[in-house]
Amino acid sequence: MHKAKVYALQVVLAGSLAQNKARSVLSVLAIALGVALGYAVQLITGAAVNELALGVQFLSGDADLQVRGPRSGFDEAIYPKLARLREVAAASPVVELDAKLADRSDTLKIIGIDVFRAAAVQPGLVADSADRLDHLRSDTLFVSPAAARSLGVDVGGSLSFQVALRAVTLRVAGLATADAHQRFAVTDIAGAQENFDRLGRITRVDLRLKAGVDVDAFRDRLQAELPAGLAVQRPEAGVKASESLSRSYRVNLNILALVALFTGGLLVFSTQALAVVRRRAQFALLRVLGVTRRQLVMWLMAEGALVGIAGSTLGLAGGFFLAQAAVRIIGADFGAGYFRDLAPTLTPAPLPLALFFFLGVVIAMLGSLAPALEAARAPPAPALKAGDDERAFARLRPSWPGLVTIAAGAIASFAPPIAGLPLFGYGAIALLLIGTLMLMPRLAVLMLSIVPTPRGAPSRLALLQLRGAPGQAAVSLAAIVASVSLMVSMAIMVASFRISLDAWLERVLPADVYVRASAAGDTAYMTVDDQARIAALPGVRRAEFLREQQLLLDPSRPRVVLLARTIDAANLTRQLQLVSAQMTPAPGAPPPVWVNEAMVDLYGFVLGSVVEIPIAGKPTAFTVAGVWRDYARPQGAIAIERERYIALTGDRSATNAALWLAPGAAVEQVSRAIDSDIPGGSRLEIAAPGEIREFSLKAFDRTFAVTYALELAAVVIGLFGLSSSFGALVLARRREFGMLRHIGMTRRQIGAMLATEGATVTGIGLVAGFGLGWLISLVLVQVVNRQSFHWGMELSVPWAPLTGSALLVLALSTITALASGRHAMSARAVLAVKEDW
Amino acid sequence: MATKNLPFANMDSALHPAGRLSLSRATVTLAVMLVVHGLTKSYAGPRPRAVFAGVDMELAPGDYVAVMGESGSGKSTLLNLIAGLDSADEGSIKLDGTELTALDDDALTALRRKRMGFVFQAFHVLPYLTVAQNVALPLSLLGVAGSEADARVAGMLAGVGLSERGASMPRELSGGELQRVAIARALVHGPQLVLADEPTGNLDAETASQVLSLLREQIKANGAAGILVTHSRVAALTCDRILQLTLAGLRELTLQ
Ligand SMILES: Nc1ncnc2c1ncn2[C@@H]1O[C@H](COP(=O)(O)OP(=O)(O)O)[C@@H](O)[C@H]1O
Ligand SMILES: [Mg+2]
Repeated sequence: MHKAKVYALQVVLAGSLAQNKARSVLSVLAIALGVALGYAVQLITGAAVNELALGVQFLSGDADLQVRGPRSGFDEAIYPKLARLREVAAASPVVELDAKLADRSDTLKIIGIDVFRAAAVQPGLVADSADRLDHLRSDTLFVSPAAARSLGVDVGGSLSFQVALRAVTLRVAGLATADAHQRFAVTDIAGAQENFDRLGRITRVDLRLKAGVDVDAFRDRLQAELPAGLAVQRPEAGVKASESLSRSYRVNLNILALVALFTGGLLVFSTQALAVVRRRAQFALLRVLGVTRRQLVMWLMAEGALVGIAGSTLGLAGGFFLAQAAVRIIGADFGAGYFRDLAPTLTPAPLPLALFFFLGVVIAMLGSLAPALEAARAPPAPALKAGDDERAFARLRPSWPGLVTIAAGAIASFAPPIAGLPLFGYGAIALLLIGTLMLMPRLAVLMLSIVPTPRGAPSRLALLQLRGAPGQAAVSLAAIVASVSLMVSMAIMVASFRISLDAWLERVLPADVYVRASAAGDTAYMTVDDQARIAALPGVRRAEFLREQQLLLDPSRPRVVLLARTIDAANLTRQLQLVSAQMTPAPGAPPPVWVNEAMVDLYGFVLGSVVEIPIAGKPTAFTVAGVWRDYARPQGAIAIERERYIALTGDRSATNAALWLAPGAAVEQVSRAIDSDIPGGSRLEIAAPGEIREFSLKAFDRTFAVTYALELAAVVIGLFGLSSSFGALVLARRREFGMLRHIGMTRRQIGAMLATEGATVTGIGLVAGFGLGWLISLVLVQVVNRQSFHWGMELSVPWAPLTGSALLVLALSTITALASGRHAMSARAVLAVKEDW
Repeated sequence: MATKNLPFANMDSALHPAGRLSLSRATVTLAVMLVVHGLTKSYAGPRPRAVFAGVDMELAPGDYVAVMGESGSGKSTLLNLIAGLDSADEGSIKLDGTELTALDDDALTALRRKRMGFVFQAFHVLPYLTVAQNVALPLSLLGVAGSEADARVAGMLAGVGLSERGASMPRELSGGELQRVAIARALVHGPQLVLADEPTGNLDAETASQVLSLLREQIKANGAAGILVTHSRVAALTCDRILQLTLAGLRELTLQ
């Protein structure tokens, strides 16, 4: 490029960035906020998942294959059969369970191993100990350093666990070798079976194969011979399965963060579009001086890149600190409870760093692309004339691309999930959003023509001007429409969810008192004696017991929950919130089970189908007699009559009880009786339905707190966008205000005019944002949530908070418009009307 | 108002051999409308500068005077003071007996709205309003709307020769046409005083002379008084009198 030309470009462009310092800073901040959120979410969930994988890797050691089954374990007789197989070099039986600590609400993962076998398969689990016999003693365990730290025990100390309602105390004989973050304890397998009521049962067998054995071929052969309910797979498959429980949640968070970044991109677009329009004359001059279109586009894109680079750099640093603060304050799962046992270290990996840096820069550059192309396309001559600005926006006007995009979005929302993720659902939301933004100029014209022309001179003038320049209004609106629609859709989704959850809780909690053996872990339960004592307590009119189990139906998914409970088929809707018809199996057909919505989505357990469920190692046929709503078990849950379960398994223990009280009996009285009359009764958790409801809704709100935060970020960015657009427009119109003051408009009238413009533009943005938000909420509720978490919900719109936020946004933007006007109405500015253009 | 319109067309055009003006009326002075006395203005700041001192000026209803002076001599400043947009250091400005320097901003604004019209060098026609809407602005500020407003706008547009262009957007107009729109806007509400600051500064010579004739014609036709600020002798010659602004004040030039 010619030197003088480069110099001219530099003067014009650098000058503009400097001139629009405030707006450039806002654009940078918006990009930074989006990058920071995205990167923080990625950093945290990435670290948590990584930790999870490392844990599984460490615990499975050199195993080539693992045989797994129900959570409660399977008959240990299978172990010698596996060990004797020709292809197997070494086999190691494992009892793995989450033991409830007796006097705190925490659990600890216990891994029972046979030291001699484990040495050949999972050498990492075998700890060094002064007294080698400690490995074989049934009353000792080796805790990992992280567990020792978090539980505050030292070698030589002891830990108490709750088994059934008893307490079992084990001595800490040493530290297990493990890296810094894994909480677990290793003990002798026989001791684990004895101490935790798992006699004759194991939960896993790890296999190391002889050299030269084709692992996958052997796996397929072995799988065919295993009893029902057991699966053999590579250890990595277990990671995937445990990951998949939190995957939808993580993806949702990532998408939300990307939306914030996208809104930041729109802010860059608004800012650049208006800045370009204001510089039309300058660009025309450059073009006349011989700068080519390409050079102009490249320079403007470079401006966007500059904003992107600054924003990304700032955002990555901010994201790192944000992630650290978030992990410290609310935990690696943002309070959702997926990674409760993990305390991951956040290490910035080069790939995500590069990815988010790139994303920020690309989005900022995309934001400048359309304005840059527009600037280059403008014919120089007319651009040098005042009032030609609106021509810059005329190009955005044909409506068919927007309509086509929206239609594509509508179609995409009907597509099934991909790999268990609602990718088409997200795509549909993006298309709806982009389509609406493309239609905004049209919508703005339409809505402006509907609004009646006011009588008062200032507001009349405001409306006439807006009608004359709807394109500018539409550009300032992009960011606010995007963020309002996001806010509205999320609010509708969350409200629908919360109301449905509340209704569900009310439905599933019909009893007066609920009792459970423990809040977490696999070791606590109520024996037959405990159950009889509870049922016989004074004040208890009726007691129903429930046994919760976890079955492995598909090794690539998390285990599904089996609920063996008293079911009164005649009064089913009192117990379960059915979302299907209710059917009774025909005589001779297999007995009934009732499944939650996730079972239908994940395993195809549709109403009336005959399904096979492995219970107690035997495949048993059942008829799906109903589908119920369930917000607690997205991995799938099956309800079965307790009598039938006992007949199949002989397991009479229970994990939960529901009590109906006699007239006049109080919850406190029953609770005291449980404490005093039941041995170990103080370990039972007792709650009234109201408490459970309150607790559940609190947990719900905690889970969605991060959602609200991301939502707020998007709205703030949107408001930034609006205020920056107003600022730019008002600055560009200083001479107009000067003229109006000359011909007799008071300051107040100009203020009123600006306020009307601000309120009208924002009003249009709110109308469009609400409409779009409602559409997006339909996709969120019917597609994204359904496909991610497999729960259905009734749509409900939280009118009061939404109206409140709308009024707030309206007020803020009106104030913004007024504030930008103040500056432009100073005496100097009024006299500026005499300056040359 | 102390003005009386009389049919002195011939005498008027005789004064201005350059313009063959088809005036239907001229005005005769019965009293003074604008009295400026001892006006002094300086700009404060790091390098305070005196712009002018002791400016005296009288304007009768129907008078059309030119204020000439070199660039930077304070012509625009004087107009701003008369319009009540800036405040003087000393001196008084009386419009129809009202002392402007004593009025607050709202009162001055109301005064401009009712009694003044403005024509600017850079036209300042709002780009997103139609020509007719632009001309109607002062009426709408005065609360005149509906058919009465429409009729006055149509009359004004006819007066400036833009009857057909009422629905056009400003960007479709040439500079000369835009300034004609501005002239229509300056007079549509029947102001007493029209202030024009270099109205032909952005126009070529031929267009400028057309606009100047039109401005004079419309000011006279609407019975207003006018002050034309210009540095051009040719432009100044379209006025009834010419005043020269210097540091020492205003001095009347005799027409040659
Ligand atoms: N706001 C201001 N602050 C300081 N000096 C000013 C300001 N406005 C005008 N001036 C100065 O006052 C003098 C008169 O300006 P102006 O009235 O615009 O002159 P003219 O219209 O005759 O060219 C000029 O020297 C100018 O630099
Ligand atoms: Mg001047």
